[in-house]
Amino acid sequence: MQLKLDGISKLAGADVHIHPLDLNLQAGKINVLLGQTRAGKTTLMRLMAGLDRPSGGRVLVDGVDVTGVSVRRRDLAMVYQQFVNYPSFTVFENIASPLRLAGKLSPQEIKTRVEAVAEKLHIAHLLDRLPSALSGGQQQRTAMARAMVKQAPLLLLDEPLVNLDYKLREELRAELKDLFADGHTTVVYATTEPHEALLLGGHTAVLDEGRLLQFAPTLEVFHHPATQRVAQVFSDPPMNLLPAHIPAGTGEARLAGGLVLPLGPHLTALPAGQYTLGVRPSHLRLRPERSGEVALQCEVELAEISGSDTYLHLKQAGADWVAQLPGVCDLDPGSHVEIYLHPGDVFAFDQQGRLAGSPDRGLILAANAASVGA
Amino acid sequence: MKPYNNKAWLLVLPVVLCVAFSAVIPLMTVVNYSVQDILGPDQRVFVGTEWFKNVLRDPELHGALWRQIVFSATVLAIEIPLGILLALALPAQGWRSSLALVLLAMPLLIPQNVVGTIWQIYGRTDIGFGGLVISKLGFDYNYASNPTDAWLTVVVMDIWHWTPLIALLAFAGLRAIPEAYYQAARIDGASRWAVFRYIQLPKLRGVLLIGLLLRFMDSFMIYTEPFVLTGGGPGNATTFLSQYLTQKAVGQFDLGPAAAFSLVYFLIILLACFVFYTLLQNQAESDNKPEA
Amino acid sequence: MARIELNGLGHRYPGSEQYALQPQTMVWEDGGAYALLGPSGCGKTTLLNIISGLLTPSEGSVLFDGRDVTQLPPEKRNIAQVFQFPVIYDTMTVFDNLAFPLRNRKLPEPEVRSRVQEIAEILDLSGELRRRASGLSAEEKQIISLGRGLVRKDVAAVLFDEPLTVIDPHVKWLLRRQLKRIHQQLKLSLIYVTHDQIEALTFANQVVVMYEGEVVQMGTPQALFEEPAHTFVGHFIGSPGMNLLPCELNGESIRLGEQSMPLAPALAVRLAQVGKPLMLGIRPEFIRLASSGSAALDADVVRLEDLGTSKILTVTLAGKPIRIRLPEQQTVEGTRVRLDFQPERTMFYADGHRIA
Repeated sequence: MQLKLDGISKLAGADVHIHPLDLNLQAGKINVLLGQTRAGKTTLMRLMAGLDRPSGGRVLVDGVDVTGVSVRRRDLAMVYQQFVNYPSFTVFENIASPLRLAGKLSPQEIKTRVEAVAEKLHIAHLLDRLPSALSGGQQQRTAMARAMVKQAPLLLLDEPLVNLDYKLREELRAELKDLFADGHTTVVYATTEPHEALLLGGHTAVLDEGRLLQFAPTLEVFHHPATQRVAQVFSDPPMNLLPAHIPAGTGEARLAGGLVLPLGPHLTALPAGQYTLGVRPSHLRLRPERSGEVALQCEVELAEISGSDTYLHLKQAGADWVAQLPGVCDLDPGSHVEIYLHPGDVFAFDQQGRLAGSPDRGLILAANAASVGA
Repeated sequence: MKPYNNKAWLLVLPVVLCVAFSAVIPLMTVVNYSVQDILGPDQRVFVGTEWFKNVLRDPELHGALWRQIVFSATVLAIEIPLGILLALALPAQGWRSSLALVLLAMPLLIPQNVVGTIWQIYGRTDIGFGGLVISKLGFDYNYASNPTDAWLTVVVMDIWHWTPLIALLAFAGLRAIPEAYYQAARIDGASRWAVFRYIQLPKLRGVLLIGLLLRFMDSFMIYTEPFVLTGGGPGNATTFLSQYLTQKAVGQFDLGPAAAFSLVYFLIILLACFVFYTLLQNQAESDNKPEA
Repeated sequence: MARIELNGLGHRYPGSEQYALQPQTMVWEDGGAYALLGPSGCGKTTLLNIISGLLTPSEGSVLFDGRDVTQLPPEKRNIAQVFQFPVIYDTMTVFDNLAFPLRNRKLPEPEVRSRVQEIAEILDLSGELRRRASGLSAEEKQIISLGRGLVRKDVAAVLFDEPLTVIDPHVKWLLRRQLKRIHQQLKLSLIYVTHDQIEALTFANQVVVMYEGEVVQMGTPQALFEEPAHTFVGHFIGSPGMNLLPCELNGESIRLGEQSMPLAPALAVRLAQVGKPLMLGIRPEFIRLASSGSAALDADVVRLEDLGTSKILTVTLAGKPIRIRLPEQQTVEGTRVRLDFQPERTMFYADGHRIA
């Protein structure tokens, strides 16, 4: 199903919940809505579903304007954060309920479909239980089965895994990816975690304060964030952002505290002026690996060891940096280290926050940096 | 731009007609009467705002209004705290809780004239248990002849009848407070009173406003119970606003002033409700402010 | 500060046959930062509530610095607890919120004032003290809840029950950092319950992994990661978790399906003594793609996922899926790869428990 939002906006009194935006969902694929809490993800999903009327703009399904059409007549399914199941129905009856309401299938057909979906979601052995006898993960699977049994062309998931513990989340997420790999369903998945967006793949729409900042294949948004805000929202741990001044013709950037950074080949043609430079924590290293790397003298504030990685909180000439190092680096607070950074890994954002240059995409002229819905 | 679904009007039409028939047309009739002097079925004289001026200057009306205000204030001042106390004392769960709630709710189920009759008999010193006990204790109690006794009886009757409503509302409100608040308060070493003042009362704000609104409206319009119990007496000691209005309209068949007065009455209640409603809305907004 | 001892401590909820918390004995040293990590229902919240006094255990005892506190209510235990969602008194200002526990204990007002200001300084709240608590964001409210816990000088331990649940992911960073800073500055015992391994491992110097009411392993984040004592620990910690493969001992090598991997002789001897089915465990971070070499194993590529800062390669070996973590820039050609397991990182398990 091809879902298109055309100039959609939503106001509530004087508050603008969604600024006018256009969004063309990728049919048959996973579309991730990424944004912090209250960015407008749930509001936007409700507009897509028809649970709310937009204050302006149109919703088009396969080219047909469905803006005023009630959600009951639209062919879609939705899964919520809270495990929403009918408490007095067994798992079987819960999953069968949309089919029974539609009234078009025989009981035998309903039974076959329900069992097939339950099998896919690994709850086939729980069909006679009541939701209160299930664990959180099982309840959410039931809710998902109920949504999927309709075989609706559009499936909306509003942070469905947020109330589950992290290992369960990992497992379900991998399953979700496989469930929708066949391309029959257009999936919209809202989340606050950049990591989930990267794991699910597909396309990502970054929302912030009711605005759509960027909509592109997930990795593209990750490697080439259109604005500084996108880079901030889409990284965990947060990207290191530092104000810098680039004087004309020197091929260097001057940062606070006297630090001078040579500009990589992708940034040398930047016009002079004020910029914000961005460096990912994972691009900072303890040992030099490539030629041309710059050493930063830093003081360790804190070392957070998580087993597979160490997050090092550093102070360098008054600025705070975070480095993500592989393995275990048990450094004491107050110790001094040299951190290596390659100029080719630096992002540059102009004064309006737009991307001016990114590693391996090179220089982006201001005209090309206009993002979706700006 | 937004396609209107005109069918919605058709669906609403029957309700509109019903409301028009049962409420709007009579209301308009009342407005009509309030500006006329009705001497007989076919003799009507337009008198403009004369009735309104009369109504507002009528000393008997002022008396009834004053009694009404005192009554409403008294019962509210007692019912709300008492209801909250009852809710705090109720067991929270289990069969004891269900039993307590059912017993508590019983007075609410009794029709108003039956309530009046119950208390009328109960308060009699010859055949009523309550009246008997009181006079045995040495008090000279007679609600039919003593204005103070009449007042007390009417107030107690209303409290008996309606406190359960506040108690039930407060009970529901208390159940909605997450356990973590109480746990945190225990850890903070808070006394019972501090828990009540800083956790329970603030969280009950919304519920209490609703209770206050309902009870205010009901008590301000009260008719049946005091009428059955005391007939408005002795004299006019317990004649409240709605009874006075009825006396005027039905008793004296003076429709004009009665209509004018009805409108004034209606406006007073409307104003009070508007105030409460605004307070409630502000409360709801501050509760729904994005927290997390 | 308190040394916390649990002696034969177990708990069964009334009406239930099963133990929510298996009887166990443990010592938690004074001033340590501990994390209780495990999936939902593993008993971590039960244990936390027993330590804080909100729950009385059905058997065993809890001692603080040698003093039996098992029957004592929370207000007598010198502990503070921060809950999953912020608990603040919204009719009061931030200052009054922080002062609440002290005022309840009838401390003189000048002392209250100075203590509140001290804590507010540490938590960067000094500018907010006059504000009404109801208008703040979730993370600010959680910080105030934390402050209320820290404000009492006699606090022995601060207990956290999944406190970052309602916090935005990008703010979690700041809060974690603050927690660590507080731990270093105030030197309190901190006990943190969570199901999120990143929170547990970055917060604690000792992590207690729990599963089905039992403590499965207690150790430093590094130990838990590099040497899991139980297959559950291997599975639960690490994203993705440890790869587990059934294997057989064959003389001085290990058989994985059709292929073999050599073993150090001493290790082979140890494994031969076990007599039970063996599982081989190795973390995705410790497998390398080899170009050649006799020690390498062949595997079929299933898929390569790009996670931005690293890549995950899923392959099948002896019919089982294995995940390998690769650096950001690495590419994979073809449908078959050769894998190199780092020998010192390869663990062997029998019945879930580690052999070597």
